[in-house]
Amino acid sequence: MTETSGVAKTDNGGACTGAPWKDPSQKPFIELQSLSKRFGSFAAVDNISLKIYRGELFTILGGSGCGKSTLLRMLAGFEKPSAGRILIDGTDITETPPYDRPVNMMFQSYAVFPHMSVEQNVAYGLKKEKLPKGEIAQRVHEMLELVQLPDLARRKPNQLSGGQRQRVALARALIKRPKVLLLDEPLAALDKKLREQTQFELMNLQDQLGITFVVVTHDQEEAMTLATRIAVMEAGRFVQIGTPSEVYEFPHNRFIADFFGKINAFDATVIACDGETLTARLDNDDTQIRTRHAPPLEPGTRCVIGVRPEKLLISTQAPTQEGYTVTRGVVEDLAYYGNRSLYRVRSRSGQVIQVSAQNYQRSAELLLEWDDEVFLSWDSSCSVVLTQ
Amino acid sequence: MTMVVNPGKRDRLWRSFVIATPYLWLVLFFLVPFAIVLKISFADPTVAQPPFTPFFDWSAGAGHKILATLDNYRFLLEDQLYLVSYLKSIKIALISTVLCLLLGFPMAYAIALTPYPWRNLLLLLVILPFWTSFLLRVYAWMVMLGKQGLINNLLISIGLIDRPLQMLYTDGAVYLGIVYTYVPFMILPLYATLEKLDLDLHEAAADLGARPLHVFRDVTLPLAMPGIIAGCLLVFIPALGEFVIPALLGGLDSLMIGRTLYDEFFVNRDWPLASAVAVVLLLILILPIMLFQRLQRETDT
Repeated sequence: MTETSGVAKTDNGGACTGAPWKDPSQKPFIELQSLSKRFGSFAAVDNISLKIYRGELFTILGGSGCGKSTLLRMLAGFEKPSAGRILIDGTDITETPPYDRPVNMMFQSYAVFPHMSVEQNVAYGLKKEKLPKGEIAQRVHEMLELVQLPDLARRKPNQLSGGQRQRVALARALIKRPKVLLLDEPLAALDKKLREQTQFELMNLQDQLGITFVVVTHDQEEAMTLATRIAVMEAGRFVQIGTPSEVYEFPHNRFIADFFGKINAFDATVIACDGETLTARLDNDDTQIRTRHAPPLEPGTRCVIGVRPEKLLISTQAPTQEGYTVTRGVVEDLAYYGNRSLYRVRSRSGQVIQVSAQNYQRSAELLLEWDDEVFLSWDSSCSVVLTQ
Repeated sequence: MTMVVNPGKRDRLWRSFVIATPYLWLVLFFLVPFAIVLKISFADPTVAQPPFTPFFDWSAGAGHKILATLDNYRFLLEDQLYLVSYLKSIKIALISTVLCLLLGFPMAYAIALTPYPWRNLLLLLVILPFWTSFLLRVYAWMVMLGKQGLINNLLISIGLIDRPLQMLYTDGAVYLGIVYTYVPFMILPLYATLEKLDLDLHEAAADLGARPLHVFRDVTLPLAMPGIIAGCLLVFIPALGEFVIPALLGGLDSLMIGRTLYDEFFVNRDWPLASAVAVVLLLILILPIMLFQRLQRETDT
């Protein structure tokens, strides 16, 4: 036997390192070319082009009905695209039926065969490949070891917990050593504790096997922690593609900013823009905001400037840091969470601004009270211009 | 102490009642009549009211002499007529069941895959024939299949045949009648199981490399098994004892056990022999079911 492990790395070349999407010489592993899927006059997926690189854990994020599941089903071969092409590892698979694609899928419902034991479920894909019995048994055993289910091989799915069933589904999808593993809401059906654990296991597994993962989810936290890159989808199109920190720190628009946690959005008018720093005046307030991440905008243009609650500093004394935007307000509400506190501050313009502050000191919750006059400040590199 | 209503006790009482009801029903309407039939099957026919000898001889001096006899069962074995009609019944019932399955499965599957408002309509169409009398529908088939019937006339008028075909009073007409009558009993339980089938399972199988035919064999069929079994039993059991359809549509050689039974009871007035025929028929029905159930219990554990 030349093979030492049934779950040996495929020729995918290991997990994704660096940022291949920034390197134009890199060949994409999955390529969607102007892909569309229309149901009647409704475009579930609307002319999407995308490149996913070998070993990536790519997440497609969006609310229900945004077309993410349709996109995944087209990758699996369950839906025929209305237009466009799908290439995997350089091969056009647009017309390939699901049973001939080098792709396997973990279903949201897990879709574990209820009439087969764990072992038979996992072996099913290999049986369809007509591999010799000995090899099937060997690989099933190794796969069950990998997902930590070797003791449950003979059980029927109705004798398993939700988490165990998920592992069976995962093992069943991985055993054929697919080039791409598709995961539909992989963590949605698990309780919170199991989610965290499974999340790390998925990442480890992906790292170990080097298989390219494409995950579809509506859960931004799931997307953030799992992904090498996230594509945010809305109404059949991608509104932003980037690493988790890119989409969080530099959201393209209000929708994305709101999708990933909270953001304070200020309506403002551009005063000056020198290509790097943009200065704007808040509406109903003479505070000037300076922000470093901005598209070139003409003076006088209306814009929205966003700042995440945790980027704001709150203090009773005027801050003295250079380059900070400062505004004033009154504490209207505060909530103490132990590790941090959340303040709702009403600014002079009447806008409620949220501030999330780490409680560095034990008595932090005592420092500020309702109706205290406070200063809010943030560094100009912390704000971002949102296109509406 | 004042009176305390014990809710646990009342619950238990209620539960026993609920459990007892079907058993009571079975005892009253199945076990007791069967016991009577069983008793009669051990008697001798006489010209009297009732037309059979008693089980015990209570007359003075006889003591408790048992008059029971196995003569009737012996006679069933001796006369070829009974064996032939049992076998013929089993053959017709089996073939009809298979035909119902082949016809009913695709129909049930299609209904289960049809989106909602249409699905109810299709189900309604399946049970629609029950709204007219069964007998009337069989007569309607006689009209259609007869020498001067609708089908023969049609075939002659388009020039496909020049002499009317003998369709009525053949085995074919019996199969047609049974399949036509019982196919809803196959469709409904099949629909009930297929409707619950998770379509994700089909896609999962396809995703793992199963071609459509394999998906059907590996996933659809085993998961539809409870419906297939229920449907087959619902068709096979009444078809085996079917009397009206072979009597009206069948030829002289379409001698099924229901007809034999009828003849013994009403023509020959031999109640004991007829009872013996009925008891054996019941055994033919029950034994395979019991065997099957035991088999299933074994595979489950």
